[in-house]
Amino acid sequence: MIKTDILIIGAGPTGLFAVFEAGLLKLKCHLIDALPQPGGQCSEIYPKKPIYDIPGFPEVLAGDLTTNLLEQCKQFEPGFTLGERAETIEKQKDGSFIVTTNKGTKHQAPVVAIAGGLGSFEPRKPLIDNISSFEGNGVEYFIKDPEMYRNKRVVISGGGDSALDWSIFLSDIASEVTLIHRRNEFRGALDSVDKVQELKNLGKINLVTPAEVINIVGHHEVEAVVVAQSKNIEKEFEIECDHFIPLFGLSPKLGPIGNWGLEIEKNAIVVNNALDYQTNIPGIFAIGDVNIYPGKLKLILCGFHEATLMCQAAYQIINPGKKYVLKYTTVSGVNGFDGTRKEAPKQVIKAID
Amino acid sequence: MEQDITIKITDREGVTHKVLAPTDMAMNLMEVVRSYELAPEGTIGICGGMAMCASCQCYVVSDTELPEMQDDEEAMLSEAFYVKGNSRLGCQIHITKELEGLEVELAPES
Repeated sequence: MIKTDILIIGAGPTGLFAVFEAGLLKLKCHLIDALPQPGGQCSEIYPKKPIYDIPGFPEVLAGDLTTNLLEQCKQFEPGFTLGERAETIEKQKDGSFIVTTNKGTKHQAPVVAIAGGLGSFEPRKPLIDNISSFEGNGVEYFIKDPEMYRNKRVVISGGGDSALDWSIFLSDIASEVTLIHRRNEFRGALDSVDKVQELKNLGKINLVTPAEVINIVGHHEVEAVVVAQSKNIEKEFEIECDHFIPLFGLSPKLGPIGNWGLEIEKNAIVVNNALDYQTNIPGIFAIGDVNIYPGKLKLILCGFHEATLMCQAAYQIINPGKKYVLKYTTVSGVNGFDGTRKEAPKQVIKAID
Repeated sequence: MEQDITIKITDREGVTHKVLAPTDMAMNLMEVVRSYELAPEGTIGICGGMAMCASCQCYVVSDTELPEMQDDEEAMLSEAFYVKGNSRLGCQIHITKELEGLEVELAPES
């Protein structure tokens, strides 16, 4: 059982900033995210795109914003359960909550803050009739442990960054890498495209374009994929392989959180925005893009504000009746849970002769 | 308003809506769909309009002349599902006077 003060569901910008604000109040946080890395949409969908409306940053890349937020909160030592989706919540007699993930990891906290954005990202599965029967038996939509592909024959399909980057990465591990895409053109960072070209020329990646995987062959486990070589040419053939990895991006789904008894409106969680962004269940808050209230704007900067107010309310729940006054970081500095201290340099007081 | 145009949008349930879309607010078709709430929030415009998710894919039914497809839209559509010859990404279609009478059908959610 992982125990913490505030259990944050969603490790996007709002969840990460909540760690910092909670830390100032000496509250410890643990984050759960379905993605294998923190940053939410900022790292999954558009890490290389600029954002222009973060106060104080005329321009910042979404990936850099994530890096900065992780740096800003690191002295408060947040815990992470990544690559797992929060599945169930149970209220305990002492008022705390136990949240269990799809992998069975249990977390307990007196306060739960849902910072889930548009929901947990689920892979977009290609429209292949028998694909679900091979999931976990050679079909994977995420690459969690590259080592499982060592000396295996791998077919990757997709035309974006992840298809390119994983083809490159696995070309050193797998015995055979085939990349299949519906077009000759790829949508990815230029250096990735160049690298795949180079590996293709070296014979380390088999490139099959324009083509599409239309079927999977095998008894219980993937043995081959059936490939159609473009719509115009009537040509189908099989490629023998041990793994088929379709990488067609992810789409967010509110998922199990929708069944937690929270008031939902327009795929978002209704909160009290006049006070503390608490939901209809006391002790459960919703901050950032996942919540809704009159006038709601789905902006990162609004999520930061909501996270800050949520932490104040969490402090009251965790330390009932305890006095607290707002402190400015410039005045009080930042005392990390790791023993570090950041503070403003002392004013120089010196006579002028 | 005279700068508004009329377009017809068939939602994912098959219901056709005739809506007014402003041409002076730098809006695109995906945003028009969202502003009239013709598809549930969270199922359209997920990437915000960067041609990076295809959640706003639609089929163009009228013979309205549309701006030519750019590379990023074409590339994204080549990774999307349920793609047809008349597929476009709503976020890449900017509302201009020339689009008066446009008729589109939202592609299924995927």
